[in-house]
Amino acid sequence: MSTQATTEQKPAPPPIEKIKIKVDGRDIEVPKAMPDWQGKLQPTTMLQACQIAGIDVPHYCYHPKLPIAGNCRMCLVEFGTPAMGPDRKPVLNPDGTSKILRSVLPYEPSTPRGAIACATPISPGMEIYPNSPATKVMREAVLESLLINHPLDCPICDQAGECKLQEYSVDYGKAGSRFIEPKVHKPKAVDLGPRIVLDDERCILCTRCIRFTKDVVGDDKLGVVNRGSYNSIAAYPGTTFDNNYTLNTVDICPVGALTSKDFRFKMRVWFLKETKSLCTSCGTGCNTIVGSREEVMYRYEPRENDAVNSTWMCDSGRLNYKWVNREDRLSKVQGSKLKVQSQEKAWSVAIRDISEILRKAAAGSVAFVASARQTNEELYLLKKLATKSNAITDSVPRIGEGDRLLLNADRNPNSTGSRLIGISGEKMGSNLSKIAEGIRSGSIKTLIVFGEDVTKHGIGADLLAKLENLIVSDILPNATTAAAHYLLPGCAHVEKRGSFVNVKGRVQRFMQALQPKGNARAEWEFLHELVFNVTGQNGYVTIEGLFNQMSKEVPAFNGVSWAGLGDAGVTIQI
Amino acid sequence: MIVPRKNLTFWERLYLPAIASGFKVTARHFRNTVFKGNTVANDLSGGFYPEKKWVVAEGYRGAPYLVKDPEGNTKCVSCQLCEFVCPPKAIKITPPGPAGTADRPNAEKMPKEFEINMLRCIFCGYCQEVCPEEAIFLQKDYSLNAESRQELIYNKEKLLELGGVHQDKIWKWKHKAEEAKEQTTFPVAK
Amino acid sequence: MFQTIFNTISSWSPLTQFTFWSAIKVFGVFGVAMTIVAYAVLAERKISAFIQDRVGPNRVSLPLIGSIPFLGPLLTRWGIWQPLADGVKSFIKEDFTPSYVRKAYYWLAPAITFVPALVVIAVIPFGSYIGNQKMVIADLDVGILYSFGIISLGVYGIVLAGYASNSKYPFLGGIRSSAQLISYEIAMGMSVVPIFLVTQQLNLSAIVEYQAQYGWFALPFCARELTPLSFMIWPFALISFFIFLVSGFAETNRLPFDLPESETELVAGYNTEYSSIKFALFFMGEYANIIAGAGMMVTLFLGGWSVPGLSDAAIAKTHIAVGVAHILIFLFKVFFLIAIVIWVRWMFPRFRYDQLMDLGWRRFIPVALANILIVAVIVWAVTTFSNETKPALAHSAYQVNK
Repeated sequence: MSTQATTEQKPAPPPIEKIKIKVDGRDIEVPKAMPDWQGKLQPTTMLQACQIAGIDVPHYCYHPKLPIAGNCRMCLVEFGTPAMGPDRKPVLNPDGTSKILRSVLPYEPSTPRGAIACATPISPGMEIYPNSPATKVMREAVLESLLINHPLDCPICDQAGECKLQEYSVDYGKAGSRFIEPKVHKPKAVDLGPRIVLDDERCILCTRCIRFTKDVVGDDKLGVVNRGSYNSIAAYPGTTFDNNYTLNTVDICPVGALTSKDFRFKMRVWFLKETKSLCTSCGTGCNTIVGSREEVMYRYEPRENDAVNSTWMCDSGRLNYKWVNREDRLSKVQGSKLKVQSQEKAWSVAIRDISEILRKAAAGSVAFVASARQTNEELYLLKKLATKSNAITDSVPRIGEGDRLLLNADRNPNSTGSRLIGISGEKMGSNLSKIAEGIRSGSIKTLIVFGEDVTKHGIGADLLAKLENLIVSDILPNATTAAAHYLLPGCAHVEKRGSFVNVKGRVQRFMQALQPKGNARAEWEFLHELVFNVTGQNGYVTIEGLFNQMSKEVPAFNGVSWAGLGDAGVTIQI
Repeated sequence: MIVPRKNLTFWERLYLPAIASGFKVTARHFRNTVFKGNTVANDLSGGFYPEKKWVVAEGYRGAPYLVKDPEGNTKCVSCQLCEFVCPPKAIKITPPGPAGTADRPNAEKMPKEFEINMLRCIFCGYCQEVCPEEAIFLQKDYSLNAESRQELIYNKEKLLELGGVHQDKIWKWKHKAEEAKEQTTFPVAK
Repeated sequence: MFQTIFNTISSWSPLTQFTFWSAIKVFGVFGVAMTIVAYAVLAERKISAFIQDRVGPNRVSLPLIGSIPFLGPLLTRWGIWQPLADGVKSFIKEDFTPSYVRKAYYWLAPAITFVPALVVIAVIPFGSYIGNQKMVIADLDVGILYSFGIISLGVYGIVLAGYASNSKYPFLGGIRSSAQLISYEIAMGMSVVPIFLVTQQLNLSAIVEYQAQYGWFALPFCARELTPLSFMIWPFALISFFIFLVSGFAETNRLPFDLPESETELVAGYNTEYSSIKFALFFMGEYANIIAGAGMMVTLFLGGWSVPGLSDAAIAKTHIAVGVAHILIFLFKVFFLIAIVIWVRWMFPRFRYDQLMDLGWRRFIPVALANILIVAVIVWAVTTFSNETKPALAHSAYQVNK
């Protein structure tokens, strides 16, 4: 089982023929064909060849995960092909190398002619000149034309700072403008959909958004209307751009034409600290980047991981972060049985009391309800506690409606982890009624709840009142936390490190972006102390050590290490 | 770059002539100040500070304030570049959020709150230099006083009041709005 | 009336008398020393201001003081009350203790810096006699050794401050300071050895009496009795004086040797993390050190309380006015040296650290060693080949007192 932990589960592709070309004067070998946006093999383009050579070719409409349109002309490069004699054999220079004919205008041989790198396939012996003077002139011209009607909105534009037009203007553009006529003004702040604002003036008509929603989402809503300088993006009349993936168009929009209503005017992007994280809204486990500044989380952005979410994520998951910043987050150790008032001492007293309760508990008198939103490491430590007191454990299932793209019906981020570690059985939630019954009959005297409001899942307030000890850890207040005898404030996933297993068995880790709120502590930290107090087993005090220990002890994780997870994660057999 | 060091002569290495000339310079200033009353304050403003306030020269970098355009509107659009560039992190801007809240046409955005902590400010002028809207200027105030630290954190209202009106020559947003208005009749028919 | 008081006092037991006089001298010297510290700060500010075309503090005054006839208008000028205001200010300023400092040492360091400077003053003879009382608090036979021992304690305060502050600039300042003080301690210690070779005494009072008799080491003409020896060792005494003076600058962390607190590099060096009265203690410690250093120089090289025409301690025993004049003469010399120390600050740029070390170890120490050797040879030659016996002390009374 352990040997099957690999990053990709695809069979090795058949070897692809390589061809020799020259990029910027350097000889390189590139495969003749490369996967396109759908993963099908297509002839390698000049842009891909340049990327292999480590040279960036500026581009707007080209996106590796979208069909090629070739309409922005930004990736124009000068190139040359081997000259062919009338005998269809290469013409040689006196020194034996093959003669290269630079591409020129057919009717004006002294003028270089560029080709769009994103859509021109390479051929053997080709030479690409991505930094030649002619290429630079072409880029300047393209940028100048793109900027003709582009407004000077940068100070009020949310894209500023991550805007390709800004970046390329600095890198490749002309210093001054020669355009003195009035700019064409188009509608601003157009309400394109419930989550999207369109600024038509800023649009450079790369059609990335149109292609995305048509070809990736399959919701053909957007198109270009009007003619000439008055070209603008619009949703088809009478409809609104409202599918569950609209916010991806904000990410792929190279300028500030499409902006997110949620993020609009909230924070400039250059302030945001970017932390690699995961989306916790469903079992897919989309890779994300958390943007935060001064302990406030501002946004999620998808992070590329071809094994999970390509470069996309759904709107529902992306906007499901606001609870992190909520004012009423639990930040104090409290509870009706906690005897100290001072928060400085509260943790040590609470941990001591809970350890005492768990040590003295008779076998079978303890039950655990641990959320499938907890990390593997936390579930693993909880499982250790449960095993010690021979407790009955379960998680709460969350089922919604899935779609064919990313959104999974399982709305817990770590159901698989919970099952693999043994907190929940094959059918999640089947033990909840047994726990309720045990409390009712009095056989279960101590209930430990992590991250769930059990009053909504069959264990009502009347049952909670019968318990001798109710130990709850959560991050937001609810009916269960209100009834808790000991309430331990935990951390949101952006405030700690840990790992999840998605529905397809991919183990992925996430990093800490924010500091815990108030006196809250990461669950695995205090669980580690509890496990030591109750079982006497010492463990690791770092998340790395803890994960590696878990991977040794839990069969499903055998052979996986924290470092080995990397940014993209590892798929395990489930 | 390597600057070749001059080889010192014996007298220079002895250090004594340097001591003598150092004494000469300091003694001259001492004498002129004590006996002739030549002080910087007398030269510049003809008296001493609280009675005779120093009149600063053009281009003096005093306290940074926000300015209004001649129509009385806030010029700042909350781009937060000054906040970013500020070396001592004296500026704190609260962006307006999705609503935008601009008090003039076409500029969709203005700060919800704009605070400069004058205790932190080092009067470097980066904010003025970076501002794309000519909305913040280092003005001539050099003597800022308060009875608490809190008082020296100037908010948007106070900064705008102290900053006064900037005689804008460009009228960026107004011109843009006018231009757009001219174009509404053509060619997109309503 | 004085006579009756003196008579009463002389009727006490010797121990009680000693304690009584010592207490008076301690309080007197402490009071005067602290006043000089306070006004040295004012002097520094005024002189600095004049050199920089400013006027310095000139506004502080007490309420109603201007209404005193004649004197009042004068007392409100020149910032005469500035030291008082500064003192009050440093007491009522926020005393901020950063969270990361090592608290016990952090509190201890200012005191350790301040105290040694005051303790050194105990052995400096600040006058000859008033009545039968010698004008020195502790007339130690090993006076100079004692003072060198105590002065080197001052470095602990600075090093401790650097260590206790637990942040990088103070730490660097502390390290620099300890290296600097140790380096110059050696040069300073060796520079005074020629004086002891000549006087054959370690007692500072005796050295002053020697100078009153045979001429100041720095200026042999100021003597009751000119001797060839004084002139033979004059150049070497001047070298000694020079080394002692420069080392004094280094020891007190004054420009051009203020590397431990060089503002342009280390913020404020070892006292970066200090505020309020703790900072003031460092500050006052620096000036107390300057005063102690000036006192030492006056005692060792500039003839202490003596001045030509008024250099007989015996007269002071009978005439209280002469005793008082001796004290004033001593103070005048000290003020003169303090003024030089302040002035020098504006004449030199700061040395580089390697230049500082180079000067200390590779110039001063060899020169001081050679100086000792030459003076030893001269003293040996004079005592061996001349008719005179070895230089004797003018006041055998001094020896009798022992």
